[in-house]
Amino acid sequence: MTKSSAMMAAAIAAAAVLISAPPAQAAGTVKIGILWPLTGNAAAAGQASKAAAEVAAEIVNNKHPELGNLPLAATEGLPNQGGAKLELTFVDHQGNPSLAQQLATRLITQDAVHVLMGAYQSSCSFTATAVAERYGIPFMVGESAALNITGRGFKWVFRGTPIASDYAATYMRFFEDMKKQGKKIASIAVVNENTDYGTSVADSIEAAAKKNNIPVAIRIPYSASSTDVSAQVLQLKEKQPDVVIFISYTSDSILYMKTMKNLDYLPPMVIGDDTGFSDPSFIPAVADVAQGAMNRSAWDIGKPGSTTSKINEMYKAKTGRDLDDTSARNMQSFFALADALNRAGSTEPEKIRDALAKTDLKPEQLMMGYNGVKFDETGQNILASTYLIQLKDKAYQLVWPDKAAAAKLDWPMKGWKQ
Amino acid sequence: MLLAQVIVGGLLLGAIYALFSSGLTLIWGMMNFINFAHGEFVMLGMYVALLVVVWLGGGPEAFGFAAAFALFVLGVVVYLSLIRHVMRGPMLAQILSTFGLALLLRYTAFWIFSANFVSLPQVSLSGTLNIAGILMPVPQLVAGVAAIALTFALHLLLTRTTVGSKLLAVAEDRNAAMLMGIRPDRMQALAWGLAAGSAGIAGALMAVSYPWSPSVGETFGLTAFVVVTLGGFGSVPGAMYAGLIIGLIQALSAYWFGPIYKDIVVYALFVALLWLRPQGLMGKA
Repeated sequence: MTKSSAMMAAAIAAAAVLISAPPAQAAGTVKIGILWPLTGNAAAAGQASKAAAEVAAEIVNNKHPELGNLPLAATEGLPNQGGAKLELTFVDHQGNPSLAQQLATRLITQDAVHVLMGAYQSSCSFTATAVAERYGIPFMVGESAALNITGRGFKWVFRGTPIASDYAATYMRFFEDMKKQGKKIASIAVVNENTDYGTSVADSIEAAAKKNNIPVAIRIPYSASSTDVSAQVLQLKEKQPDVVIFISYTSDSILYMKTMKNLDYLPPMVIGDDTGFSDPSFIPAVADVAQGAMNRSAWDIGKPGSTTSKINEMYKAKTGRDLDDTSARNMQSFFALADALNRAGSTEPEKIRDALAKTDLKPEQLMMGYNGVKFDETGQNILASTYLIQLKDKAYQLVWPDKAAAAKLDWPMKGWKQ
Repeated sequence: MLLAQVIVGGLLLGAIYALFSSGLTLIWGMMNFINFAHGEFVMLGMYVALLVVVWLGGGPEAFGFAAAFALFVLGVVVYLSLIRHVMRGPMLAQILSTFGLALLLRYTAFWIFSANFVSLPQVSLSGTLNIAGILMPVPQLVAGVAAIALTFALHLLLTRTTVGSKLLAVAEDRNAAMLMGIRPDRMQALAWGLAAGSAGIAGALMAVSYPWSPSVGETFGLTAFVVVTLGGFGSVPGAMYAGLIIGLIQALSAYWFGPIYKDIVVYALFVALLWLRPQGLMGKA
């Protein structure tokens, strides 16, 4: 071997070592793959949640001692993982369950993410979580409410948000309370979009109403991409229920409110099951016709100077808007996931899973009005709960339960009548 | 009474279907060319209306004309820059070119206008008329009447004017028309302008009553294809009748059977009719 060829061989060997050397652990990253609808009908909610996740990652990755008890805020990165930073990879499933399934597979096999999160539409969470289960990668369901996502015997799926049955129970407690105050609730109507989300929540409400002896005058399933909802509104007008509960996405909930005004139908109370009613487009579009409409929310901005208010300021600086309940629940799930990633002390899926299963966050460590975060054996957070809010002028205000209320409940709703 | 209300609502919806479908049928009739970007033209019409109202404080007349004009120009530009060239290519290229154009327009709109749903602020077109107990929302009423009038005007233009004759001559036989001193390129650019312009005005009229986001074109695009096929490819009056029929069937079946069944009823009847009469209601066999 000549001298030059020996040197060449040495250089190649050195290069090979350099290329294959693992990145130093101290400056490591933990990769989170996130599936949301960034385009399509629910794009607004997906984009808002994406911004919320980015703010949350910013809070975890940098020092934010001003955020009080929020886990990982005061420190930089994940202390138990040598200060590793969170790296987010967003993919767009467009609200399409089969695409969500493909993208979850791609995130695991090609992007080699350590954990997954998503997926807004319950139907998409349903398919994407099945992929995570097959590959043994932890999946945090941020805010999808359909019952069937957990409870399939999966070991890798966790869900931070309250679910359909929690919401149904809340509505029933609210109705009981109203009846005690002398409000008439002789019957209710349930109007639901007909995918997993709407069907599941509506089923839960129907079951809970039956148990509480509240007649459901009519249940109207419909497709969220409808361009006309007059027939549904006329059906409601015929039945005259005292409360109409809408389980709707964005464009349809706006369309319902406008159509109700056009057809001069105003029930004593409308309750929106979050989602469309919480979409940033909802209030600007229908504030003038939907005064007093109620909605559920576990998110409350709180007093200036509070941790929640500071988080809202960060979000507002990024997007120009206040944080909404949907994005806030995603953000809370993200923090719970980050907390588990830190406690796992490793990026091994098994260790992350175990850490998630041992999660026990107290109310004062949360940004949401939950009673804590603690997962049962199905992966569901058993301490999640919600408030009820009401549209007054151009903002929602917390009106129920009384102990948390910031404003007085108006019953019946005013709608477009001032 | 409630039934009368449902029928009126269905017809008003159908009139809008008719208007945004007439442009699609025009291009098919003129050039045997399927424009997959038609729904996106409707979407752009909606945003033009929004910009005119928000920036210039214009009323319904202003944003209607603005949308028609802006989309007319876009239609001509699309023809001259894209369609004219792909027409020389294979059939598949023609189909995919407008499909690509649709995606380009949709995602450009996402980029410029963001994914949020928007609605037109309350303009002078608001309120509800009560005629013998039947409620007619003014925006939908104006849109419906304007839609029928414009579809009718488009039909008259094609059948009663020299320009219309020239357009039809080019459609009939491009080379023969050229020998008669008609410039096919100009005529076809005009057809694209008219088609896009009618989609634009339909979008502006719909913007008054519907919230939308950049992906709205998908929903309307599909409806337009069904209307055009039912009415008969290339027939403007056919599109009008088909639009009204589909709007009516949708409203009635949503009311009688429930909203999730309305599309089953519409498409079942649609398939049945095509089986009996493949050329559509008023298409030439």
